[in-house]
Amino acid sequence: METVIANSNFKSEEYFINMGPQHPATHGVLRLLLTIDGEIIKKVEPDLGYIHRSIEKMCERDSYQQIVHLTDRMDYLSANINNEAVCLTVENALQLEIPDRVKVIRTIIGELTRIASHCLWWGVMGMDVGALTTYFYGFRDREMINDIMEETCGARLTMNYNVPGGLMFDIHPNFVKRVKDFVAHFKTKIPEYNRLLTDNIIFQKRTMGVGILTKEDAISYGASGPVGRASGYSCDVRKHHPYSAFDRVSFTECLETEGDTFARYKVRMAELWESLSIIEQLIDNIPEGEHRVATNAVIKLPKGEYYQKVETARGELGVYIISDGVKSPYRMKFRSPGFSNLSLLSHIASGGKIADLVATMATLDLVIPDIDR
Amino acid sequence: MSYFSDIYHGIKTLLTGMSVTGGYFLRSRKGTITQQYPDNRATLKMFDRFRGEVIMPHDEQNEHACTGCQKCELACPNGSIEIIWDRGIDEDTGKKKKKIDQFVYHLSLCTMCGLCIDVCPTDAIEWGQNFENSVYDRTKLTRVLNEPGSKVRAGIED
Amino acid sequence: MRVSLGITTNIHNWLFSTMNVTMASLVEMVLIALIYLTVFAVLGLFLVLLERRVAAWFQLRIGPNRVGFQGLLQTMADALKLVSKELTGTTRADMFLYNLAPYFVIISALMALAVIPFSYEFQAFDINIGVFFLIAVSSVGVIGILLAGWSSNNKFAMIGAMRSGVQTISYELSIGLSLLTMILLTGSLQLSEIVEVQKNGWLIVQGHIPAVIAFMIYMIAGTAETNRAPFDMVEAESELGAGFHTEYSGMKFAYFFLAEFINMFLIAAIATTIFFGGWLSPFGITESLPWLGIFWFLLKTFVLVFLMMWFRWTFPRLRVDQLLTLEWKYLLPINLVNIVLMALLVWSDLTIKF
Repeated sequence: METVIANSNFKSEEYFINMGPQHPATHGVLRLLLTIDGEIIKKVEPDLGYIHRSIEKMCERDSYQQIVHLTDRMDYLSANINNEAVCLTVENALQLEIPDRVKVIRTIIGELTRIASHCLWWGVMGMDVGALTTYFYGFRDREMINDIMEETCGARLTMNYNVPGGLMFDIHPNFVKRVKDFVAHFKTKIPEYNRLLTDNIIFQKRTMGVGILTKEDAISYGASGPVGRASGYSCDVRKHHPYSAFDRVSFTECLETEGDTFARYKVRMAELWESLSIIEQLIDNIPEGEHRVATNAVIKLPKGEYYQKVETARGELGVYIISDGVKSPYRMKFRSPGFSNLSLLSHIASGGKIADLVATMATLDLVIPDIDR
Repeated sequence: MSYFSDIYHGIKTLLTGMSVTGGYFLRSRKGTITQQYPDNRATLKMFDRFRGEVIMPHDEQNEHACTGCQKCELACPNGSIEIIWDRGIDEDTGKKKKKIDQFVYHLSLCTMCGLCIDVCPTDAIEWGQNFENSVYDRTKLTRVLNEPGSKVRAGIED
Repeated sequence: MRVSLGITTNIHNWLFSTMNVTMASLVEMVLIALIYLTVFAVLGLFLVLLERRVAAWFQLRIGPNRVGFQGLLQTMADALKLVSKELTGTTRADMFLYNLAPYFVIISALMALAVIPFSYEFQAFDINIGVFFLIAVSSVGVIGILLAGWSSNNKFAMIGAMRSGVQTISYELSIGLSLLTMILLTGSLQLSEIVEVQKNGWLIVQGHIPAVIAFMIYMIAGTAETNRAPFDMVEAESELGAGFHTEYSGMKFAYFFLAEFINMFLIAAIATTIFFGGWLSPFGITESLPWLGIFWFLLKTFVLVFLMMWFRWTFPRLRVDQLLTLEWKYLLPINLVNIVLMALLVWSDLTIKF
């Protein structure tokens, strides 16, 4: 074929196309510079910075209580887990003893957040491959979690429920009942998700064997979360470095070995079940006790460096604080999962079609404010 | 032979998917999840803890609980709260005492983090459930929370 | 030209009695064209509304219900908005082709309507090569799409147009062959004749197994032909923004939009005529009331239109190479075998007739 083109007068050349910053598939303001030969992608170059708000710099100005609410705005789909990460770092630095009740509630809310995030991802995944209806089904179930969050935390997306030392206020009296209702409801919906999208032949053909990431590449590119686990890289922070109440629940780390788009999809679907089982184990025995330990009004971390990692819906979020003993950190650094996962894109999407790029990007589950911060 | 089993399998999965959406189509009357918002205003009730805007409740004597301690102003990450205070003579004791002149709240800057309400020692401010905050003129988003002529409730500082 | 259903016959006779033949024919043509334009513009708008409501019901929503009773005037309002909108375009676009493209698409869609028999003798243009005409005309539309994509000076539009070219060339084949399978049963290309044949049972019953296979292939290929999901690679909003009509606005965009829906109606109408007995009532229950034919025709057509909407709101989109795999590895071979099967069936007289 290529020789035919080479021998004729017909000139074939690669061209350049600008996907984003306003493009439906980039889920925000990510700009991809694509070099394309017909439909086949030769090169992908992500261009970042369209939603950079210098959150890390703002942290150097704020007190530790104030930093927490900024992390809501990074990976807004796992806002609670981000908050928890900062709080855990501060609490570890202060060597505060956190009540069991707080640990359990944080874990439950974190897992609810993970389910909400995966629901949204599932809906958008379907939409990216062209099945628009999944979006609404995913949002319907996410809405139930949002209502639970709203009742307890007061906000649906940027909760800011955690404070260094515990929770801003205790859970709402309806919380346990609502969560149980949701778990029962959602258990009937996951099989429906599978019947609608997972089993669909078109969807499987679209995703199987697309965007393959080997285990070696996953490790060397710093992939984490479902993206790493789909390549067989056991990287679940909840399992390897348990925080909050993850050391007292039993759950399996969802691993796949294929490393393609469908494997990443399967890992996330399996995580829905695992999150449900974690919630079920904890919801009936939330220990009684204080929801908060008192801290100083002005928190000053002892001089030193502190690091804490947690597993957000997207992967490993690391919070790194250098303190020189005053009320704000000297330097604050977030190791966001989206940034490392995005760096894979040019590696795994080259050679595929435009449609493959979109499907691959959907399973990387990018949240652009998380990447740019 | 796998050629035909592929076709059979493919058609089966497609029909399964169609049965899911078809089921929702048939149950569409009951299953609607959207709300017809401006129409359901009368029945729409937000949760108790919903963070709509910061308000300062006043009682019948037009008294509030704000002592002007400025903890909220310090806690706010965005400078949404400005307290303009003054020193007045307390009628009972005759001593000079700090009191608020204007509690200025910039809703346009507020991120609804709730830190001000969390730190308030006298529960002078709390969350209001109003969420219809859009206005044509953005200066209207800057509000003075204490009513004109209001004063601190007696005994709140003890 | 045969237009005779009571009142139409009278008008026809009156025209020919007052003017000479050429004049009268011209006036008649213009009249019919105007009637068709109005009726199908309104029908297209109604289909858009139907699509939106059906989509909403699939998706746990309510759908447009504000303008007019239950939102019936919503698409009218949308059309008014589109008419009043500014026509924007890109710089360095090939303006002549850019302006020409929408007309190609809409005219080819409307032209095909001329031969559809809506009811007994209610047909604008009953030619003896009806099916052939339909296939020929419906493939003109893709030229419009190619022109639109090429001339708008937008790479996304260009990719969409190229995909459309690939898609239409492949799936024309399946449409043609699946209709050909049914022609073996009728022995005529004339659409009125085809309906006439089905008085002994609809063709999908007459031809049983091969006819059902042909119908399935026809529906798949027809959905692909109208560029609707799951074959909407041409528009593919998550990949290409809006595909070939990215750079069109206002009324020119509305032409593309309307053409898509008229094409959908057309595909369903052809399927009704060829597979489901056109305007014939089931088991001849209203045979004594021929004017009910239009009701039966529309009912069957809308059931098929609904089926296409159901596809659209359920399935993910295929990739462009899978689209070709489906056509060349599955639909085409099955179709060819199916024709042979049908020929054997007709030859050995195994068809079911009442």
